[in-house]
Amino acid sequence: MSELWMMIGKRLLYGLLTLFIVSVIIFGASEMLPGDQAQALLGQSATPETLAALREQLGLNDPAPVRYWNWLAGAMSGDFGISTSNQRPIADLISGRLYNTMFLALYAATLAVPLSLVLGLLAALWRNSIFDRVANASALTSISFPEFFVAYILIVWLAQGGHFTSLARIRENTTFVQRLDMTFLPALTLTLVVTAHMMRMTRAAIINLMASPYIEMARLKGLSPLRVVLRHALPNALAPIITVVALNLAYLITGVVAVEVVFTYPGLGQLMVNSVADRDMPVVQAISLIFASAYVLLNLLADVLSTLSNPRLRHRR
Amino acid sequence: MTFLWILVGLACLGLSAVVLGWLFRFPLVALTRGELRRAMRGAPLMASFGMLVILIYAAVALLAPVLAPYAEREVIGAQYLPWGEGHLLGTDNLGRDMLTRLIYGARNTVGIALATTALAFSIGALLGLWAAAVGGWVDTVLSRIVDALMAIPALIFSLLLLTIFGTSIINMILVIAAIDSTRVFRLSRSVAQGIVVMDYIEAARLRGETMWRLITREILPNAMAPLVAEFGLRFCFVFLMISSLSFLGLGIKPPTADWGSMVRENATLISYGDITPLLPAGAIALLTVAVNFVVDWQLHRASGLKD
Repeated sequence: MSELWMMIGKRLLYGLLTLFIVSVIIFGASEMLPGDQAQALLGQSATPETLAALREQLGLNDPAPVRYWNWLAGAMSGDFGISTSNQRPIADLISGRLYNTMFLALYAATLAVPLSLVLGLLAALWRNSIFDRVANASALTSISFPEFFVAYILIVWLAQGGHFTSLARIRENTTFVQRLDMTFLPALTLTLVVTAHMMRMTRAAIINLMASPYIEMARLKGLSPLRVVLRHALPNALAPIITVVALNLAYLITGVVAVEVVFTYPGLGQLMVNSVADRDMPVVQAISLIFASAYVLLNLLADVLSTLSNPRLRHRR
Repeated sequence: MTFLWILVGLACLGLSAVVLGWLFRFPLVALTRGELRRAMRGAPLMASFGMLVILIYAAVALLAPVLAPYAEREVIGAQYLPWGEGHLLGTDNLGRDMLTRLIYGARNTVGIALATTALAFSIGALLGLWAAAVGGWVDTVLSRIVDALMAIPALIFSLLLLTIFGTSIINMILVIAAIDSTRVFRLSRSVAQGIVVMDYIEAARLRGETMWRLITREILPNAMAPLVAEFGLRFCFVFLMISSLSFLGLGIKPPTADWGSMVRENATLISYGDITPLLPAGAIALLTVAVNFVVDWQLHRASGLKD
């Protein structure tokens, strides 16, 4: 048992190291910019004196490692610095939007994960049937669609039919149910985009297992196909399925950007796109750090969970 | 009721794709010889439909000035004209002909995506093969750098880099090629690692072949099959990424005709129930689907699966 914890501890350390490197890359990126934050805040017309004063105040004269440390320590405690395009604290810009984005991603995940697992199981069960072929072809098709295409098709079909709203106007007093209704179309778009991949991987993982001798044995014992899949194949297919679910949740994080723009949903992705257009470096850095950390953590989670679900990895000497 | 109609429509689309694929297989078989001909005869209908679509796109891209009724940036009338005589698919937000811009978009969008993929491949594949052939600390350092860069999601990383370098076509091509080359590096390195342990590589080394010759003449030809399939997949990825960036207003910019930014510019039409802005998006989707079908077939063939 202690070996298992050693292994998980090692994975966690490795994940932390990855997070550290990612933060260094994101911070280091701004070092390549000509000019600095003081210049960006005050504009071209600033006098040398005011520039020097602001640099002193923001601590821009410190060497890069010290500034990196201050930036990271600030980010950990929720202080990301000041936006260069509107001089507001970034934490204020981000907080509400972070919640909105998390809400949308979780909403999409709760729709997509059960749907794709069931579809994948059925496709594996009825392998090479019409259902399997159609599911496979449509999965391949929907992987190839850009997110905004799916989003606009849903708008034309569902929003214009008057079923759902295409604009997510979220206010302070929006109730949870209203919110679910308003964000249904963006969540559905994301669901359609990630379901295909998850379904294909689930199907492949199970079909791979179905060829192994112990499944043959179970079948020869006269078990029903459903029981063979659920009781015998599924537990062993858990590791690849967990991995692909986590990878797709990580994909949701980037997929969210275009979808938020289409539906003018007030989330982090939309803020990031606007900030890139304004070249507002501190905001882009802060959001990149949040997205990248979520991505790394989800991958780490997948790693740990698939280790835990595999007895062979658990009891390795 | 609408749902039923959509299902019927989708079924018709799927069916016509199958029929077109079936029809297109005859000229494919007739025009090829030998090994290739046998492969074509066994091609799934979706794959041959994919090849037909790719061929049509290539023809449209090459013949754009001949096919298009107007010049790429010519204003021909009022803005947002409906479909009709003289402007088959209507006009866009500045009164330019929609059909013309769609045709030129094939040239610009696909051309830029191809150039980016080719760049990503020449960087990634060469470095990957080199790392595998040299081994030692070069391999370790390069692999660790690539691991670190791959820990950041591609779209987020490209947005970060575009903030630093500013948004322009050249910057976008370089940024996406750099990010994508890390993925190519991974694959080509792992493919080459299986090759460098072969005896003929040992023999080539003993003969005193230079590193360049070793990579290009001994390793590369044997790593070609998986790399070609990867090229198709990477192209889809790059193409979707460029379209997304253009759609977000951070990629290819007007007045250059491009499918992603065409959707963005004319998106307001959608709220009036006009589906014209979906056409460029559909053009993107169709090409990606087609390439995916062909790549899927090739991967299936290369892996020797016969299920």
